[in-house]
Amino acid sequence: VKSPLSESKFRYVFTAWWLVWGTLQAILISNFGFDTRISVVDSLVTNVQLMGACWLVSNILKFYLPRKEKYWYILILSAGLSGAILLITRWILTTFLDDQPSYISFLSNSWPIRFGVSFLLVGCMTILCVLWYTVEEEKENQQRNADVERLTREAELYKLRQQLQPHFLFNSLNSISALVGSQPEQARRMIHQLSDFLRGNLKKEDQKWVALSEELQYLELYLEIEKVRFGHRLSTRTGMQDEIMGMKIPPMLLQPIVENAIKFGLYDTTESITISIDGQVRDSILEIRVRNPFDPETSNPKQGTGFGLNSVKRRLYLLFGRNDLLETEATENIFTTTVKIPQAT
Amino acid sequence: MKAIIIDDEPLARQIIREYLHSHPKVEVIQECNDGFEGVKAIQQHQPDLIFLDIQMPKINGFEMLELIEDPPAVIFTTAFDEYAIMAFESHAVDYLLKPFSKERFDKAIQKLTDQRSTSYARETTPFLLETASQSPGQQTRVVVKIAGKIRIIPTEEIHYLEAADDYVKIHTREGSYLKNKTMSHFEQTLDPQLFVRTHRSYMVNITQITRIDPYEKENHIAILKSGSRVPVSKAGYVKLRGVLGL
Repeated sequence: VKSPLSESKFRYVFTAWWLVWGTLQAILISNFGFDTRISVVDSLVTNVQLMGACWLVSNILKFYLPRKEKYWYILILSAGLSGAILLITRWILTTFLDDQPSYISFLSNSWPIRFGVSFLLVGCMTILCVLWYTVEEEKENQQRNADVERLTREAELYKLRQQLQPHFLFNSLNSISALVGSQPEQARRMIHQLSDFLRGNLKKEDQKWVALSEELQYLELYLEIEKVRFGHRLSTRTGMQDEIMGMKIPPMLLQPIVENAIKFGLYDTTESITISIDGQVRDSILEIRVRNPFDPETSNPKQGTGFGLNSVKRRLYLLFGRNDLLETEATENIFTTTVKIPQAT
Repeated sequence: MKAIIIDDEPLARQIIREYLHSHPKVEVIQECNDGFEGVKAIQQHQPDLIFLDIQMPKINGFEMLELIEDPPAVIFTTAFDEYAIMAFESHAVDYLLKPFSKERFDKAIQKLTDQRSTSYARETTPFLLETASQSPGQQTRVVVKIAGKIRIIPTEEIHYLEAADDYVKIHTREGSYLKNKTMSHFEQTLDPQLFVRTHRSYMVNITQITRIDPYEKENHIAILKSGSRVPVSKAGYVKLRGVLGL
């Protein structure tokens, strides 16, 4: 923690304040009929000590900040310091100015006001420091809380992206195992596709948005693998205008949506199916629409959006603070998922 | 020995065929794409053995087996390890986790023909139980066969269940269906927040209840939206109040 006196701005104010205060005290004493030398020495001795006491207070409180129930500590600290200053001032001034009997008696008689002023000034400084350090501590807490929140959010985002389906991996390996015997070239190709897919899945960072074209290429890998697994049953269609291909999106955002489309459209049906992915821009919002057929007899997509889509929704909320960026719609036997990605303008 | 392969992935069927080349005793008479085809093929050909995938379109492997009266020997082939316990409960010969090796496949076939298959089961079951995680989640649908047709009933469409000898009668808006299962099976697999066993022979979907009236001495009776009256025993009433939060 930094003490209030560590800031140069405060240090100037502090010094100026003591100059004014010291001058006032010197003028006051000379008004009582003492000469300039005496007035200046008195003021100097008193105020240098007071300044020292204030500096001491600001440093003590840096290491020990009284809790609410210990505010009497402020009083004791200020009273003790003021008492000590009074005794030291008296000792110094009586030693050096012992040839001035009228001043010595003035000094002895003026102790209540000297003590009172010291107590007031040191007390004010103490309270100021307590407030300062409390605010500093509060700021630090807030900063820590914000850091914790940010870390949790990052961890959650990371977890949401790490939803690689193990059965997809094992079934793909099984397909490769089958291809090794009959079509080794095709098996090798699929190993490469699977490796590229897995590598992409492991490496992507959430902070770095990627171009739509890059994400689509990655999805293509995934869909190619599924095409090998399911033969000619799966076909895909992508309809994107060229100008949106360079737009940026969070990585791995489309993946779970397409996986969900595959799950209902391909895993749960027996016919040949087409999954289509279209994109367009409206009011600087990139809209991507994934369509897949489903079997209304066996699956009911209206009933919950499935884990894949819940995680997408949660992620969109964490990224944009909005809950309206994912929409799903089921008509007859076509399920449509629309994701909206606001573009930075 | 006649065999049928039921799997929705062509390559998964292909590798089984390939592995079977060294087992000329086993002859593949048909390949099926899904459970519906599987039921038909099994009834038509009465095979001695089926290779069965679990996750398939329309109905899964277990649901398909439930529809067959006298099922043949089953070797499950799946990428999911969480079904191993269920597979052995359904008296499967073996449970092959994809991708499986030729050696592992040969062992499964060996086991089928082995006279001492019981000792083999004793050897492998603990291993399979170990690899299997807990039983899969709650059932969301029930598959029944009526007049040769297969019907899939989402659990929320069930009004109530009634014990009927060795069967359970499933009552829905469209009518009632018989299923060769026990009440305790449904008590374990249906969502306990939705279905309450109100009586030794009855289980009710709580969203269907409109009224609960006292009946005779210490019993109650639940009146459903459909007008059906379902008996509620003393213990069942306590459970019902618990779930309804009364």
